[in-house]
Amino acid sequence: MTNFIQPYADYAGEWLPVLLEAMGTTALLSVSAFALSLVFGLLLALCRNTRWRALRRCVALYVAAVRGVPLLAILFLLYFGLPGIGVTFDAFTAAVIGLALAFAAQVAELLRAGLMAIPAGQREAAFAVGFTPYQSFTLIVLPQVVRISVAPLIVTFVSLLKDSSLASLITVDELVLTGRAMATEYFLPLHIYLAVGVCYFLIAWPFSLLSKRLAPPAAR
Amino acid sequence: MNPLLSVTGLTKSYGAVEVLKGIDFDVAAGEKIALIGPSGSGKSTCLRCLNFLEKPSAGAIHLDGERIGVRLGRPMSDRQLAPQRAEMGMVFQLFNLWPHLSVTENVAIAARKVRGLPAKEAQELALDMLAKVHMTHRADASPLELSGGQQQRVAIARALAQKPKLMLFDELTSALDPELVHEVLKVMEELAAEGRTMLIVTHEIAFARDIADRVLFLDGGRIVEQGPARALILSPREPRTQAFLRQIRH
Repeated sequence: MTNFIQPYADYAGEWLPVLLEAMGTTALLSVSAFALSLVFGLLLALCRNTRWRALRRCVALYVAAVRGVPLLAILFLLYFGLPGIGVTFDAFTAAVIGLALAFAAQVAELLRAGLMAIPAGQREAAFAVGFTPYQSFTLIVLPQVVRISVAPLIVTFVSLLKDSSLASLITVDELVLTGRAMATEYFLPLHIYLAVGVCYFLIAWPFSLLSKRLAPPAAR
Repeated sequence: MNPLLSVTGLTKSYGAVEVLKGIDFDVAAGEKIALIGPSGSGKSTCLRCLNFLEKPSAGAIHLDGERIGVRLGRPMSDRQLAPQRAEMGMVFQLFNLWPHLSVTENVAIAARKVRGLPAKEAQELALDMLAKVHMTHRADASPLELSGGQQQRVAIARALAQKPKLMLFDELTSALDPELVHEVLKVMEELAAEGRTMLIVTHEIAFARDIADRVLFLDGGRIVEQGPARALILSPREPRTQAFLRQIRH
Protein backbone atom coordinates (compact mmCIF):
# COMPACT_ATOMS: atom_id res chain seq x y z
CA MET A 1 0.00 0.00 0.00
CA THR A 2 2.77 2.42 0.83
CA ASN A 3 4.17 1.62 -2.60
CA PHE A 4 0.97 2.75 -4.20
CA ILE A 5 0.82 6.03 -2.37
CA GLN A 6 4.50 6.78 -2.82
CA PRO A 7 4.26 8.35 -6.35
CA TYR A 8 1.68 10.82 -5.12
CA ALA A 9 4.08 11.91 -2.40
CA ASP A 10 6.97 12.09 -4.86
CA TYR A 11 5.20 14.02 -7.60
CA ALA A 12 2.72 16.15 -5.66
CA GLY A 13 4.77 19.27 -6.29
CA GLU A 14 4.83 18.65 -10.05
CA TRP A 15 1.32 17.27 -10.54
CA LEU A 16 -0.71 19.60 -8.37
CA PRO A 17 -0.13 22.84 -10.27
CA VAL A 18 -0.73 21.11 -13.61
CA LEU A 19 -3.91 19.42 -12.44
CA LEU A 20 -5.16 22.59 -10.80
CA GLU A 21 -4.67 24.52 -14.02
CA ALA A 22 -6.51 21.83 -15.98
CA MET A 23 -9.29 21.87 -13.38
CA GLY A 24 -9.55 25.60 -13.95
CA THR A 25 -9.89 25.04 -17.70
CA THR A 26 -12.55 22.37 -17.21
CA ALA A 27 -14.44 24.61 -14.78
CA LEU A 28 -14.23 27.66 -17.06
CA LEU A 29 -15.28 25.59 -20.07
CA SER A 30 -18.24 24.10 -18.20
CA VAL A 31 -19.41 27.31 -16.61
CA SER A 32 -19.17 29.29 -19.88
CA ALA A 33 -20.98 26.60 -21.84
CA PHE A 34 -23.66 26.29 -19.17
CA ALA A 35 -24.24 30.04 -18.97
CA LEU A 36 -24.64 30.15 -22.73
CA SER A 37 -26.96 27.15 -22.72
CA LEU A 38 -29.14 28.85 -20.08
CA VAL A 39 -29.63 31.91 -22.27
CA PHE A 40 -30.10 29.88 -25.44
CA GLY A 41 -32.28 27.32 -23.67
CA LEU A 42 -34.56 30.03 -22.26
CA LEU A 43 -34.99 31.46 -25.75
CA LEU A 44 -35.80 28.01 -27.10
CA ALA A 45 -38.28 27.36 -24.28
CA LEU A 46 -40.04 30.66 -24.99
CA CYS A 47 -40.16 29.93 -28.72
CA ARG A 48 -41.58 26.51 -27.91
CA ASN A 49 -44.49 28.19 -26.11
CA THR A 50 -45.12 30.87 -28.71
CA ARG A 51 -48.24 31.40 -30.80
CA TRP A 52 -46.38 30.94 -34.08
CA ARG A 53 -46.62 27.35 -35.07
CA ALA A 54 -43.72 27.44 -37.56
CA LEU A 55 -41.37 28.68 -34.83
CA ARG A 56 -42.59 26.00 -32.42
CA ARG A 57 -41.97 23.33 -35.05
CA CYS A 58 -38.44 24.61 -35.76
CA VAL A 59 -37.55 24.51 -32.08
CA ALA A 60 -39.02 21.03 -31.62
CA LEU A 61 -36.98 19.88 -34.62
CA TYR A 62 -33.82 21.46 -33.21
CA VAL A 63 -34.30 19.80 -29.84
CA ALA A 64 -34.95 16.42 -31.45
CA ALA A 65 -31.95 16.79 -33.78
CA VAL A 66 -29.52 17.78 -31.05
CA ARG A 67 -30.72 14.94 -28.84
CA GLY A 68 -30.20 12.45 -31.63
CA VAL A 69 -26.62 13.44 -32.47
CA PRO A 70 -23.65 12.52 -30.25
CA LEU A 71 -21.95 15.49 -28.63
CA LEU A 72 -18.63 14.30 -30.00
CA ALA A 73 -19.97 14.54 -33.55
CA ILE A 74 -21.12 18.11 -32.86
CA LEU A 75 -17.69 19.04 -31.49
CA PHE A 76 -15.89 17.49 -34.49
CA LEU A 77 -18.27 19.27 -36.84
CA LEU A 78 -17.56 22.63 -35.23
CA TYR A 79 -13.79 22.22 -34.88
CA PHE A 80 -12.76 20.09 -37.87
CA GLY A 81 -15.77 20.57 -40.15
CA LEU A 82 -16.57 24.26 -40.19
CA PRO A 83 -13.09 25.40 -41.33
CA GLY A 84 -14.08 23.71 -44.63
CA ILE A 85 -16.48 26.60 -45.23
CA GLY A 86 -14.09 29.19 -43.85
CA VAL A 87 -15.41 29.33 -40.26
CA THR A 88 -12.63 28.71 -37.76
CA PHE A 89 -12.84 28.62 -33.97
CA ASP A 90 -10.07 27.95 -31.51
CA ALA A 91 -10.55 24.67 -29.67
CA PHE A 92 -11.85 26.22 -26.44
CA THR A 93 -14.46 28.35 -28.23
CA ALA A 94 -15.60 25.42 -30.35
CA ALA A 95 -16.02 23.33 -27.19
CA VAL A 96 -18.02 26.06 -25.43
CA ILE A 97 -20.31 26.48 -28.43
CA GLY A 98 -20.76 22.74 -28.97
CA LEU A 99 -21.57 22.03 -25.33
CA ALA A 100 -23.91 25.02 -25.19
CA LEU A 101 -25.78 24.00 -28.34
CA ALA A 102 -26.25 20.47 -27.07
CA PHE A 103 -27.23 21.33 -23.51
CA ALA A 104 -29.48 24.23 -24.52
CA ALA A 105 -31.90 21.58 -25.79
CA GLN A 106 -31.99 19.95 -22.35
CA VAL A 107 -32.25 23.28 -20.56
CA ALA A 108 -35.08 24.28 -22.89
CA GLU A 109 -37.07 21.15 -22.07
CA LEU A 110 -36.56 21.72 -18.33
CA LEU A 111 -37.61 25.36 -18.51
CA ARG A 112 -40.56 24.56 -20.72
CA ALA A 113 -41.81 22.10 -18.12
CA GLY A 114 -41.32 24.81 -15.50
CA LEU A 115 -43.21 27.37 -17.59
CA MET A 116 -46.10 24.98 -18.07
CA ALA A 117 -46.25 24.35 -14.33
CA ILE A 118 -47.18 27.99 -13.64
CA PRO A 119 -51.00 28.32 -13.55
CA ALA A 120 -52.55 30.73 -16.08
CA GLY A 121 -54.05 32.67 -13.18
CA GLN A 122 -50.60 33.90 -12.16
CA ARG A 123 -50.16 35.77 -15.41
CA GLU A 124 -53.78 36.94 -15.43
CA ALA A 125 -53.35 38.48 -11.99
CA ALA A 126 -50.19 40.18 -13.25
CA PHE A 127 -52.05 41.62 -16.24
CA ALA A 128 -54.93 42.68 -14.00
CA VAL A 129 -52.72 44.89 -11.82
CA GLY A 130 -51.39 46.60 -14.94
CA PHE A 131 -48.14 44.78 -15.64
CA THR A 132 -46.96 44.66 -19.25
CA PRO A 133 -46.26 41.20 -20.72
CA TYR A 134 -42.54 41.79 -20.11
CA GLN A 135 -43.12 42.72 -16.45
CA SER A 136 -45.47 39.78 -16.00
CA PHE A 137 -42.78 37.47 -17.27
CA THR A 138 -39.78 38.90 -15.42
CA LEU A 139 -41.49 39.74 -12.10
CA ILE A 140 -44.06 36.97 -11.77
CA VAL A 141 -43.50 34.00 -14.08
CA LEU A 142 -39.73 33.67 -14.44
CA PRO A 143 -38.89 33.79 -10.70
CA GLN A 144 -41.32 30.93 -10.13
CA VAL A 145 -39.92 28.94 -13.06
CA VAL A 146 -36.41 29.42 -11.68
CA ARG A 147 -37.54 28.08 -8.29
CA ILE A 148 -39.01 24.99 -9.85
CA SER A 149 -36.12 24.39 -12.22
CA VAL A 150 -33.05 25.20 -10.16
CA ALA A 151 -32.46 21.70 -8.79
CA PRO A 152 -32.78 19.86 -12.14
CA LEU A 153 -30.68 22.61 -13.76
CA ILE A 154 -27.85 21.89 -11.34
CA VAL A 155 -28.07 18.20 -12.20
CA THR A 156 -27.82 19.20 -15.86
CA PHE A 157 -24.76 21.30 -15.08
CA VAL A 158 -23.05 18.32 -13.47
CA SER A 159 -23.65 16.18 -16.53
CA LEU A 160 -22.34 19.00 -18.73
CA LEU A 161 -19.23 19.13 -16.54
CA LYS A 162 -18.63 15.43 -17.11
CA ASP A 163 -19.33 15.66 -20.85
CA SER A 164 -16.86 18.52 -21.13
CA SER A 165 -14.19 15.77 -21.08
CA LEU A 166 -15.05 15.17 -24.75
CA ALA A 167 -13.40 18.50 -25.49
CA SER A 168 -10.09 16.69 -24.95
CA LEU A 169 -10.65 15.13 -28.38
CA ILE A 170 -10.59 18.52 -30.06
CA THR A 171 -7.36 19.47 -28.23
CA VAL A 172 -8.73 21.55 -25.35
CA ASP A 173 -6.24 21.33 -22.47
CA GLU A 174 -8.83 20.30 -19.91
CA LEU A 175 -8.53 17.59 -17.28
CA VAL A 176 -8.66 14.47 -19.45
CA LEU A 177 -6.24 15.70 -22.12
CA THR A 178 -3.88 16.96 -19.44
CA GLY A 179 -4.18 13.60 -17.68
CA ARG A 180 -3.34 11.75 -20.87
CA ALA A 181 -0.28 13.88 -21.45
CA MET A 182 0.85 13.29 -17.86
CA ALA A 183 0.21 9.56 -18.12
CA THR A 184 2.51 9.33 -21.14
CA GLU A 185 5.14 11.43 -19.45
CA TYR A 186 5.22 9.67 -16.09
CA PHE A 187 4.11 6.14 -17.06
CA LEU A 188 1.71 6.13 -14.09
CA PRO A 189 -1.73 6.02 -15.81
CA LEU A 190 -3.48 4.43 -12.84
CA HIS A 191 -2.32 7.11 -10.42
CA ILE A 192 -2.92 9.95 -12.81
CA TYR A 193 -6.38 8.97 -14.05
CA LEU A 194 -7.43 8.36 -10.45
CA ALA A 195 -6.33 11.88 -9.64
CA VAL A 196 -8.21 13.20 -12.68
CA GLY A 197 -11.34 11.42 -11.48
CA VAL A 198 -10.97 12.97 -8.05
CA CYS A 199 -10.63 16.41 -9.65
CA TYR A 200 -13.98 16.01 -11.48
CA PHE A 201 -15.59 14.72 -8.34
CA LEU A 202 -14.35 17.70 -6.34
CA ILE A 203 -16.03 20.09 -8.76
CA ALA A 204 -19.22 18.08 -9.13
CA TRP A 205 -19.85 17.02 -5.54
CA PRO A 206 -20.79 20.39 -4.05
CA PHE A 207 -23.31 20.88 -6.86
CA SER A 208 -24.84 17.46 -6.29
CA LEU A 209 -25.30 18.32 -2.62
CA LEU A 210 -26.74 21.71 -3.54
CA SER A 211 -29.28 20.23 -5.95
CA LYS A 212 -30.46 17.84 -3.24
CA ARG A 213 -30.92 20.70 -0.81
CA LEU A 214 -32.79 22.86 -3.33
CA ALA A 215 -35.05 20.10 -4.58
CA PRO A 216 -38.60 20.58 -3.33
CA PRO A 217 -39.62 18.10 -0.63
CA ALA A 218 -41.15 15.06 -2.30
CA ALA A 219 -44.32 15.11 -0.24
CA ARG A 220 -46.13 18.29 0.56
CA MET B 1 -73.84 62.60 -15.73
CA ASN B 2 -71.91 60.16 -17.86
CA PRO B 3 -71.65 56.62 -16.50
CA LEU B 4 -68.25 55.51 -15.17
CA LEU B 5 -68.47 52.29 -17.14
CA SER B 6 -70.55 51.67 -20.21
CA VAL B 7 -70.83 48.36 -21.99
CA THR B 8 -72.58 48.19 -25.36
CA GLY B 9 -73.21 45.21 -27.61
CA LEU B 10 -70.62 43.03 -25.87
CA THR B 11 -70.35 39.62 -27.52
CA LYS B 12 -67.83 36.86 -27.06
CA SER B 13 -67.50 33.66 -29.05
CA TYR B 14 -65.15 30.72 -28.70
CA GLY B 15 -65.17 29.25 -32.19
CA ALA B 16 -68.80 28.50 -32.95
CA VAL B 17 -69.92 28.83 -29.33
CA GLU B 18 -71.35 32.24 -28.54
CA VAL B 19 -70.95 32.81 -24.80
CA LEU B 20 -72.08 36.42 -24.71
CA LYS B 21 -74.79 37.48 -27.14
CA GLY B 22 -74.91 41.22 -26.84
CA ILE B 23 -74.63 42.67 -23.35
CA ASP B 24 -75.49 46.31 -22.63
CA PHE B 25 -75.31 48.05 -19.29
CA ASP B 26 -73.98 51.16 -17.59
CA VAL B 27 -72.43 51.58 -14.18
CA ALA B 28 -72.52 54.94 -12.42
CA ALA B 29 -69.64 55.99 -10.17
CA GLY B 30 -70.17 54.58 -6.69
CA GLU B 31 -72.68 52.01 -7.88
CA LYS B 32 -72.51 48.40 -6.76
CA ILE B 33 -73.74 45.87 -9.26
CA ALA B 34 -74.15 42.14 -8.79
CA LEU B 35 -74.10 39.78 -11.77
CA ILE B 36 -75.97 36.61 -11.00
CA GLY B 37 -77.06 33.66 -13.10
CA PRO B 38 -76.59 29.92 -13.58
CA SER B 39 -73.18 28.39 -14.39
CA GLY B 40 -72.34 28.93 -18.01
CA SER B 41 -74.56 31.99 -18.26
CA GLY B 42 -71.53 34.08 -19.22
CA LYS B 43 -71.26 36.25 -16.11
CA SER B 44 -67.59 35.51 -15.44
CA THR B 45 -66.74 35.87 -19.12
CA CYS B 46 -68.53 39.20 -19.12
CA LEU B 47 -66.44 40.40 -16.19
CA ARG B 48 -63.21 39.16 -17.76
CA CYS B 49 -64.03 40.96 -21.00
CA LEU B 50 -64.17 44.29 -19.17
CA ASN B 51 -60.40 44.33 -18.57
CA PHE B 52 -59.71 42.32 -21.71
CA LEU B 53 -58.41 39.20 -19.98
CA GLU B 54 -60.81 37.77 -22.54
CA LYS B 55 -60.85 39.68 -25.81
CA PRO B 56 -64.46 40.53 -26.75
CA SER B 57 -65.56 39.44 -30.21
CA ALA B 58 -67.58 42.62 -30.68
CA GLY B 59 -68.95 45.52 -28.73
CA ALA B 60 -67.50 48.51 -26.93
CA ILE B 61 -66.43 49.14 -23.36
CA HIS B 62 -65.81 52.65 -22.11
CA LEU B 63 -64.32 53.47 -18.72
CA ASP B 64 -64.60 57.13 -17.77
CA GLY B 65 -65.21 57.94 -21.43
CA GLU B 66 -62.11 56.08 -22.63
CA ARG B 67 -62.53 53.17 -25.02
CA ILE B 68 -60.96 50.04 -23.53
CA GLY B 69 -58.82 47.77 -25.70
CA VAL B 70 -59.21 49.66 -28.97
CA ARG B 71 -57.17 52.61 -30.17
CA LEU B 72 -57.78 54.36 -33.49
CA GLY B 73 -59.98 51.49 -34.58
CA ARG B 74 -57.32 48.85 -33.93
CA PRO B 75 -57.15 46.28 -31.13
CA MET B 76 -54.54 47.12 -28.49
CA SER B 77 -51.73 44.75 -27.52
CA ASP B 78 -51.40 43.48 -23.95
CA ARG B 79 -48.59 45.97 -23.53
CA GLN B 80 -50.81 48.88 -24.57
CA LEU B 81 -53.63 47.53 -22.42
CA ALA B 82 -51.55 47.55 -19.24
CA PRO B 83 -52.34 51.14 -18.11
CA GLN B 84 -56.05 50.63 -18.80
CA ARG B 85 -56.11 47.38 -16.85
CA ALA B 86 -54.44 49.15 -13.94
CA GLU B 87 -57.57 51.33 -13.63
CA MET B 88 -59.63 48.24 -12.80
CA GLY B 89 -58.87 46.11 -9.76
CA MET B 90 -59.73 42.46 -10.15
CA VAL B 91 -60.23 39.72 -7.56
CA PHE B 92 -60.25 36.14 -8.79
CA GLN B 93 -62.07 33.04 -7.68
CA LEU B 94 -58.76 31.23 -7.03
CA PHE B 95 -57.06 34.30 -5.46
CA ASN B 96 -54.03 34.03 -7.77
CA LEU B 97 -51.65 35.46 -5.22
CA TRP B 98 -48.01 35.24 -6.26
CA PRO B 99 -46.45 32.53 -4.08
CA HIS B 100 -42.84 33.69 -4.50
CA LEU B 101 -43.61 37.07 -2.91
CA SER B 102 -44.57 37.92 0.66
CA VAL B 103 -48.06 39.12 1.48
CA THR B 104 -46.90 42.75 1.65
CA GLU B 105 -44.95 42.42 -1.57
CA ASN B 106 -48.00 40.98 -3.35
CA VAL B 107 -49.78 44.22 -2.51
CA ALA B 108 -46.86 46.62 -2.95
CA ILE B 109 -45.18 45.44 -6.14
CA ALA B 110 -47.62 46.95 -8.64
CA ALA B 111 -47.56 50.29 -6.82
CA ARG B 112 -43.82 50.44 -7.49
CA LYS B 113 -43.63 48.89 -10.92
CA VAL B 114 -46.82 50.25 -12.46
CA ARG B 115 -47.42 53.54 -10.70
CA GLY B 116 -43.77 54.28 -9.94
CA LEU B 117 -44.17 54.87 -6.19
CA PRO B 118 -40.93 54.90 -4.15
CA ALA B 119 -40.36 51.67 -2.22
CA LYS B 120 -41.17 53.22 1.16
CA GLU B 121 -44.47 54.73 0.02
CA ALA B 122 -45.47 51.50 -1.71
CA GLN B 123 -44.74 49.63 1.51
CA GLU B 124 -46.87 52.05 3.56
CA LEU B 125 -49.67 51.85 1.01
CA ALA B 126 -49.54 48.06 1.17
CA LEU B 127 -49.79 48.07 4.96
CA ASP B 128 -52.74 50.49 4.78
CA MET B 129 -54.53 48.24 2.32
CA LEU B 130 -53.77 45.15 4.42
CA ALA B 131 -55.26 46.98 7.42
CA LYS B 132 -58.47 47.49 5.43
CA VAL B 133 -58.82 43.75 4.97
CA HIS B 134 -57.63 42.98 8.52
CA MET B 135 -54.49 41.19 7.40
CA THR B 136 -51.78 43.38 8.89
CA HIS B 137 -50.82 40.58 11.29
CA ARG B 138 -49.71 38.35 8.39
CA ALA B 139 -47.90 41.06 6.42
CA ASP B 140 -44.61 39.12 6.36
CA ALA B 141 -46.11 35.69 5.74
CA SER B 142 -45.96 33.79 2.48
CA PRO B 143 -49.31 33.43 0.72
CA LEU B 144 -48.80 29.66 0.95
CA GLU B 145 -49.16 29.82 4.75
CA LEU B 146 -52.59 31.48 4.62
CA SER B 147 -56.09 30.04 4.66
CA GLY B 148 -58.29 30.56 1.60
CA GLY B 149 -60.21 33.38 3.26
CA GLN B 150 -56.99 35.12 4.24
CA GLN B 151 -55.57 34.73 0.74
CA GLN B 152 -58.70 36.22 -0.75
CA ARG B 153 -58.52 39.19 1.59
CA VAL B 154 -54.90 39.80 0.56
CA ALA B 155 -56.02 39.57 -3.07
CA ILE B 156 -58.61 42.25 -2.34
CA ALA B 157 -55.90 44.43 -0.77
CA ARG B 158 -53.75 43.92 -3.87
CA ALA B 159 -56.57 45.17 -6.08
CA LEU B 160 -57.31 48.10 -3.74
CA ALA B 161 -53.66 49.18 -3.89
CA GLN B 162 -54.14 49.93 -7.58
CA LYS B 163 -56.44 52.79 -6.53
CA PRO B 164 -58.74 51.59 -9.28
CA LYS B 165 -61.76 53.43 -10.62
CA LEU B 166 -63.66 50.18 -10.58
CA MET B 167 -63.39 46.88 -8.72
CA LEU B 168 -64.21 43.57 -10.40
CA PHE B 169 -64.95 40.55 -8.21
CA ASP B 170 -65.11 37.18 -9.93
CA GLU B 171 -66.90 34.65 -7.68
CA LEU B 172 -64.59 35.54 -4.84
CA THR B 173 -66.15 33.13 -2.32
CA SER B 174 -66.79 30.14 -4.59
CA ALA B 175 -63.51 28.41 -3.78
CA LEU B 176 -63.72 29.01 -0.03
CA ASP B 177 -64.72 26.64 2.72
CA PRO B 178 -68.15 27.68 4.00
CA GLU B 179 -66.83 28.86 7.36
CA LEU B 180 -64.37 31.23 5.63
CA VAL B 181 -66.93 32.92 3.38
CA HIS B 182 -68.13 35.19 6.16
CA GLU B 183 -64.78 36.96 6.78
CA VAL B 184 -64.47 37.83 3.08
CA LEU B 185 -68.04 39.07 2.77
CA LYS B 186 -67.55 41.24 5.87
CA VAL B 187 -64.62 42.95 4.15
CA MET B 188 -66.77 43.41 1.05
CA GLU B 189 -69.49 45.12 3.09
CA GLU B 190 -66.92 47.51 4.52
CA LEU B 191 -65.65 48.33 1.03
CA ALA B 192 -69.17 48.86 -0.23
CA ALA B 193 -69.78 51.31 2.59
CA GLU B 194 -66.83 53.40 1.34
CA GLY B 195 -68.74 54.20 -1.83
CA ARG B 196 -66.55 52.26 -4.23
CA THR B 197 -67.74 51.25 -7.65
CA MET B 198 -67.99 47.47 -7.62
CA LEU B 199 -69.01 44.80 -10.10
CA ILE B 200 -69.58 41.52 -8.35
CA VAL B 201 -70.10 38.13 -9.97
CA THR B 202 -71.50 35.95 -7.22
CA HIS B 203 -73.55 32.94 -6.24
CA GLU B 204 -74.31 34.37 -2.80
CA ILE B 205 -77.80 35.68 -3.45
CA ALA B 206 -78.35 37.05 0.04
CA PHE B 207 -75.06 38.89 -0.22
CA ALA B 208 -76.03 40.32 -3.62
CA ARG B 209 -79.36 41.44 -2.21
CA ASP B 210 -77.79 43.22 0.76
CA ILE B 211 -74.73 44.77 -0.84
CA ALA B 212 -75.71 45.62 -4.43
CA ASP B 213 -77.69 48.60 -5.66
CA ARG B 214 -78.63 46.79 -8.82
CA VAL B 215 -78.65 43.18 -9.94
CA LEU B 216 -78.20 41.89 -13.49
CA PHE B 217 -79.50 38.39 -14.09
CA LEU B 218 -77.69 36.68 -16.96
CA ASP B 219 -78.76 33.52 -18.70
CA GLY B 220 -77.59 32.07 -22.00
CA GLY B 221 -75.26 35.00 -22.69
CA ARG B 222 -77.90 37.74 -22.34
CA ILE B 223 -79.16 39.99 -19.58
CA VAL B 224 -82.57 38.50 -18.95
CA GLU B 225 -83.61 40.89 -16.21
CA GLN B 226 -82.16 43.76 -14.27
CA GLY B 227 -83.32 46.03 -11.54
CA PRO B 228 -82.86 47.21 -7.97
CA ALA B 229 -81.30 44.38 -5.97
CA ARG B 230 -83.98 43.87 -3.37
CA ALA B 231 -86.88 44.08 -5.82
CA LEU B 232 -85.31 41.72 -8.36
CA ILE B 233 -84.35 39.09 -5.86
CA LEU B 234 -87.55 39.20 -3.82
CA SER B 235 -89.98 39.50 -6.71
CA PRO B 236 -88.43 38.64 -10.07
CA ARG B 237 -90.64 39.21 -13.11
CA GLU B 238 -89.05 36.92 -15.69
CA PRO B 239 -89.87 33.19 -15.48
CA ARG B 240 -86.19 32.26 -15.94
CA THR B 241 -85.12 34.50 -13.09
CA GLN B 242 -87.86 33.07 -10.92
CA ALA B 243 -86.78 29.51 -11.75
CA PHE B 244 -83.11 30.29 -11.01
CA LEU B 245 -83.80 31.97 -7.68
CA ARG B 246 -86.18 29.19 -6.65
CA GLN B 247 -83.51 26.61 -7.42
CA ILE B 248 -80.87 28.47 -5.42
CA ARG B 249 -83.11 28.78 -2.37
CA HIS B 250 -83.68 25.04 -2.23
